Amino acid sequence: MQILNVILVIFLIIAAIAVERTKDLLSAVIIFTSYSLVMALLWLILRAPDVAMTEAAIGAGITTNLFVIVISRTRRQEK
Amino acid sequence: MNDLIVKMTTKLVLPFIQLYGIYVIIHGHLSPGGAFPGGAIFATSIVLFTIVFGLRIGQKRLPHHVSSKLETSGIFVFIVFGLTGILMGYQFLTNQEAGFPMGEWGRVFSAGFIPIITFALGIKVMSAVVTLFHTMMEEE
Repeated sequence: MQILNVILVIFLIIAAIAVERTKDLLSAVIIFTSYSLVMALLWLILRAPDVAMTEAAIGAGITTNLFVIVISRTRRQEK
Repeated sequence: MNDLIVKMTTKLVLPFIQLYGIYVIIHGHLSPGGAFPGGAIFATSIVLFTIVFGLRIGQKRLPHHVSSKLETSGIFVFIVFGLTGILMGYQFLTNQEAGFPMGEWGRVFSAGFIPIITFALGIKVMSAVVTLFHTMMEEE
């Protein structure tokens, strides 16, 4: 369980850096969704299933929809 | 979005998302979850439908005046059940002393008015998120 925890936290750090580095905004949104999904898994390991459910619904569902709509209204590439 | 695979997958997945959202709302006082995650899950299905099939068909399914009335009636039910405690001589949102039946522990119909206000708040959260997204997609 300790090893899984460490792997997930390392994935979180890598995903957080990759969101900031990516120039393509749609790819950044998908990386952010994976970040949110792994965060939900971490909440589940930390025995907070309520927060995990909220994170999976809001972070992975609603926020992704919001960003995709915003990108479709504006441009896709970062200047 | 004019893609056959996306449309068919949405049609297949949509009822299961809505069923799961209603399940989370109804079992809000027994299991993890509750009004806010359940309402957000239910709203995700309607927002997904609107993104895939276009704003016009999505707004035909849940028009703006219907969703705003749903939101208002959700918070109205919450306030009415809260004021019942004051009418019976106790504080706001008093549950057992105000005469609500407690029921058997662990069943869906138990814990007084908690399932009712959880359902009302779930509908409020759902319609609020749907109204937010429809308003955002309307603006050009």
